[in-house]
Amino acid sequence: MSELLGLLAWGAEGWGDELAAGAWLTIRLALVTLPFGLLLGLAIALAKESENTYLRAVGNTYTTIFRGLPELLTLFVIYNMVQLLANRIVQLVAPGSSFEISGFAAGVVALGVVFGAFSSEVFLGAIRAVPKGQGEAGRSLGLTAIQSFALITLPQLWRLALPGLGNLWLVLIKDTSLVSVIALNDLLRQTQVAVGVTKEPFFFYLIACLIYLAFTLISTVGTNVLERRANRGFAAR
Amino acid sequence: MSDQTVSTAAQVASRSAPKKPSVAKGPFGLDKALFDKLVLAAIIIGLAAWIIPSINWRLVDRYWDRYLEGIIVTFQLVFLSVGIGAVLSLPIALARLSKRVWLTLPARAYITFFRGTPLLAQLFLLYYGAGQFNEAFEAAGLWWFFREPFYVAALTFTLNTAAYQAEIMRGAIQSLPAGQAEASQALGMSRWPTFFKVVLPQAYIVALRPLGNELILMIKGSAIASIVTVLDLMGVTNLAYARSFNFQAFFWAALLYLIAVEVVRRVWDRLERRLTRHLALAH
Repeated sequence: MSELLGLLAWGAEGWGDELAAGAWLTIRLALVTLPFGLLLGLAIALAKESENTYLRAVGNTYTTIFRGLPELLTLFVIYNMVQLLANRIVQLVAPGSSFEISGFAAGVVALGVVFGAFSSEVFLGAIRAVPKGQGEAGRSLGLTAIQSFALITLPQLWRLALPGLGNLWLVLIKDTSLVSVIALNDLLRQTQVAVGVTKEPFFFYLIACLIYLAFTLISTVGTNVLERRANRGFAAR
Repeated sequence: MSDQTVSTAAQVASRSAPKKPSVAKGPFGLDKALFDKLVLAAIIIGLAAWIIPSINWRLVDRYWDRYLEGIIVTFQLVFLSVGIGAVLSLPIALARLSKRVWLTLPARAYITFFRGTPLLAQLFLLYYGAGQFNEAFEAAGLWWFFREPFYVAALTFTLNTAAYQAEIMRGAIQSLPAGQAEASQALGMSRWPTFFKVVLPQAYIVALRPLGNELILMIKGSAIASIVTVLDLMGVTNLAYARSFNFQAFFWAALLYLIAVEVVRRVWDRLERRLTRHLALAH
C-alpha cells in the first residue's frame, strides 16, 4: 500500500506533480469553456425566442444537432474542423505560412458548442418563466431593449436558470475527460501516461476518479452557495 | 329584459370579434408564411445541391454494412445496460430511501461515485483495472468476461446508468403523496404488494420522462466504448476514417446518431402518451 502511495510522490520519482498538472488543465479547460458556453447558450435561447422565423430555425436546428450527437463525435469533428478552418483562413491572409490552433482552444470550442446547446434549453425555460411584463415595464420606463434585458429580465432569469446550469457545469467537468482522446494532457491523459509506465491501472484510475469526484463535490457546494445567494430575496420553500 | 341580454351579447361579440384577418405581408407582396416556406425550401435545395455532388459514394459503398453493424452493437450495448441498470436501480433507490444507515450510506456512496466521475474514467478503471488482476479473474473463471471490451463496456454502462436511474426513481417515489401507500396499507396490503402494486406503477409514470432522457444520454455516451476498441457506431466510424482518410465518415456517423436519437425520442413520446392516457395531462 505504501508502495502505491509512493507512486503519488512529487518530483521525478512519483506521479503526483504530473497528475496535479493534468488536474489543473482540466480545471482551466472547464473554467474557460464556461463563459463561452453560457454566452452561446443565451444567444441561442434568445434566437429561439425571437420573432424572426429564420433566427428561430437556426436556433432550433443548432440544439437538435448538438444535443443529439455524442459529445465524443462532436469533439472529433470540431477539433478537426477548427484546425482546417483556421488553416484556410491563414492561407488566405498569409499564403504559405502554416498555423496550428492549440488543442486547448479547439477543446474549448468543442466543449463550448455542446454546453451552449444544452444551456440554451435551460435559458429558454427561464426566459419563458419570467413574465413578459417585466421587460415591457423596463421599456416603458425608457430603458433600451438591451438595458431592459440586462438590468431587469436577466437577473430574474439567472435565479431560475441556476439549478439547471449547475447540473450542466457538472456535466461539463466530466466531459472534459473526453479531450484526453484528442491529445490534450488533461487529468485522464496524464493518468494514462502514469499507467503506461507503472502498470498500476486500477490504482491510478481510481485516483483519477477520486480527483474528478472532488471537483464535482466542491462544485456542488459552490452552486448551492450561488443558489442560496440568488434566492436570498425569496422565502425558503 | 331578454332584449337587453341580446344586445349586450352582441356588443361583446362585436368587441371581441377579430379585426379583419390581416395577413402578415412579406416581401414581394406574398404572405409571410408562404414566403418563409419558399425561403426554407430554397435553402434546403441549395444545401442539397451543394452536399450531394460532393458525397463520396465509394466510402458509402465500402462501409455501409459496417455502419449498420455498428448501430446494432450500439443498440445492444445501450439496451442491455439500460435494461439491467433499470433492474439494479430499484434496490439502490430503496436502500437510498431506507431509514437504516447501513443501507443508506453505501447506496449514497455508490450513487455519488458513479454520478460524480466521468464515464470514460469509470470505463478505464474497470477495463484496464481488471486487466491487472487477470490471474485472479482467471482463477475465478471470470476472465472470459473481463477480457472482452464489449462486456466490460456493458458492465460499466450498467453500473453507471443504475446510479442515475436510482436517483430518478428515488425522486419519483418521493414525489408520490404518502397517502397512496398509507391507503393501501389501510386496506390490508402488506409492504411489498403496496410497493409493487401501488407505489411503483405511479412512480414509473412520474419517472417516464427522465428515464427517456437517460436512455438518450446513454445512446450518446455509449460512443466512448469505441475508445476501448468496441466496434460500435463510433468505433466503425473511426475505423472507416483511419482507412479512408475521408472526413465524411464522421458526418455519416453524425447523421445516424441523430436519426437513432430522434427515433428513440419519438417512440418514447408515444409510449409516454399511451401510458398516461388515463391522466388529464396537457400534451
